[in-house]
Amino acid sequence: MADAPTYNIEHTDRQIKLSASGDWTVTEIARIDQKLRRDLAPLDYDTVIYDFTNMAKIDTAGAYVFARAIRCKTDGCFDYDLITTMPGHRKLITAAAEASMGQAPRDPRHWYDILIRIGEYTSGFLSEVYDTLAFLGRFLVVFVKLLLTPTRIRWKSVVFLIEDIGLNAAPIVMLLSFFVGAVIAYMAASLLASFGAQVFMVDLITVSVLREFATLITVIILAGRSDSAFTAQIGAMKMRQEIDAMTVIGLDTYETLVVPRAIACLVSAPVLAFLAMVSGIGGGLLVAWSGGSNGISPILFVTRIRDVVDPVHFFVGMIKTPVFALLIAVIGCRQGLAVTGSVDSLGSRTTSSVVQAIFAVLTTNAAFAVLFFHVGI
Amino acid sequence: MVIPGFDNTAPPVQACGLLNRFGSNIIHENLDFTLKSEEILGIVGGSGSGKSVLMNTLLGLKIPEGGKIYYYGCDRSRLNDRERAAMNNEIGVLFQGGALFSSLTVRENIMVPLREHTDLPEPLMCELADMKIHMVGLPAHAATLFPSDLSGGMKKRAGLARSLALDPKLLFLDEPTAGLDPIGASAFDNLILDLREAMKFTVLMVTHDLDSLYTICDRVAVLVDKQIVVADRLSEVQNYPHSWVKQYFGGPRSRAAQTAGRI
Repeated sequence: MADAPTYNIEHTDRQIKLSASGDWTVTEIARIDQKLRRDLAPLDYDTVIYDFTNMAKIDTAGAYVFARAIRCKTDGCFDYDLITTMPGHRKLITAAAEASMGQAPRDPRHWYDILIRIGEYTSGFLSEVYDTLAFLGRFLVVFVKLLLTPTRIRWKSVVFLIEDIGLNAAPIVMLLSFFVGAVIAYMAASLLASFGAQVFMVDLITVSVLREFATLITVIILAGRSDSAFTAQIGAMKMRQEIDAMTVIGLDTYETLVVPRAIACLVSAPVLAFLAMVSGIGGGLLVAWSGGSNGISPILFVTRIRDVVDPVHFFVGMIKTPVFALLIAVIGCRQGLAVTGSVDSLGSRTTSSVVQAIFAVLTTNAAFAVLFFHVGI
Repeated sequence: MVIPGFDNTAPPVQACGLLNRFGSNIIHENLDFTLKSEEILGIVGGSGSGKSVLMNTLLGLKIPEGGKIYYYGCDRSRLNDRERAAMNNEIGVLFQGGALFSSLTVRENIMVPLREHTDLPEPLMCELADMKIHMVGLPAHAATLFPSDLSGGMKKRAGLARSLALDPKLLFLDEPTAGLDPIGASAFDNLILDLREAMKFTVLMVTHDLDSLYTICDRVAVLVDKQIVVADRLSEVQNYPHSWVKQYFGGPRSRAAQTAGRI
């Protein structure tokens, strides 16, 4: 068991003798730190003699507390001497005494920090918007140039990415869309039953799935699944200086990383949206059929779709997907390239990548709704 | 916490008949090795000879497939969790890249072990961390910087400061001078020597830096053919009759470092 550290102060003239005993180690030292500080504060001296004769053990933490006698007086340099048999003690006390010379800065908090943070966030938001638009512009230039010389597009990585973004995402997109279609059908069934107009649920399901839900489910899955992957992949490459290496070798990062991802998104998103439409309507159809005696048979359901649903709803849904796909790819890649050296920045960039992608997609979708309303389709 | 069987006079680390393998690939076989108290021992070996695996095994990060490891006379495998944790407090490690926690400032990094294993008041912990920062030769303002703001050499110093936070008796250094310029590397070597004099720890380092081997290592251990074939003073090791050892110490780089060491 460790001995408690104790000390004794003899004050003579302008000199103090500090004798220590017990274990002055990091695990024990907390007991006497405050007391020693209080005892030393009122004393007036300019020489300290340290007596190590009864000291059982000392480590750097102990030495630091022990050397406080030299340090707690701020006016000028002090003389000190040691009574010890071990040369290591002198080294330790010297190191501890010197540590006082370079007092490290504290980081203070002020009442106006909140204002600073509001300002930083505002300017950060504005520069994010600006940077994203600048990135989009630069990307479009490279993209159009590449479309004119399609042999330079990296088709191999495009195909690989389509598999990852499109094919692998198909099951989850279809499953979720199926559920959404079923939920709408239940909602419509209970609402329209009170008018005795159940057959209109076909219109409601088909139009809402075709126009909005299939597209939105697809792009939200894309944003959560692929956009975050883009940021993490490119961000990790950036951290490991792979991006720098590519630049030095003469590869354009837009050409090699951004454009293939954008093309893969552009191809995958409409296909996924189409699959989502099919399974969403399928979900609605099943629920409508299961309604017992009031149910709508699949044949009636399909006939009614053919008779009353305008194909323009399908095109409204499809025309939006490439725009969303492009936004997702560009935001994911931009955030990835904005990662700096630290792990923190990779995490925060991935978060803001997903948030920005969903934000961008939903606001653009609202803009589309306004546009189509005014155009009258 | 008192560890049963802890013997201050026993060798800090001793490995007996160590066996390490990944699948059918045997890395170490029948490896025996003893670290003496308060020495600085350098381990050398070719790339892929299993230096890092050996270090991880000695640290307890990898459980060996066979053989025993003793710390100060205690068999590692027979310690229970609490005893093992207490033993780990006696061991400091400097990983190759510093392995600083990137979300914490340098000062907070050094305070992590103190916070975890002592009940010191917060201000005293801060002061002790700042003292360690000073001891490893970092400027005072480095305390509030994040690891990503530090240069490679500063990261190593900060990592060393963290490994010294609890005043370990045993220090593992993984390529401490790799990636430093010659001035920084020799300053780091001297720092280790100075700290050893003040803190009386034992050092085991894996290094490829011939200058370090010549200037600060008391003994050099050579890891070839799945074993430590020789561990002795450098002058003895150089004359060891093994082709790899001859090549290693007989090359032009080695001769240059040797002459530099003499001057």
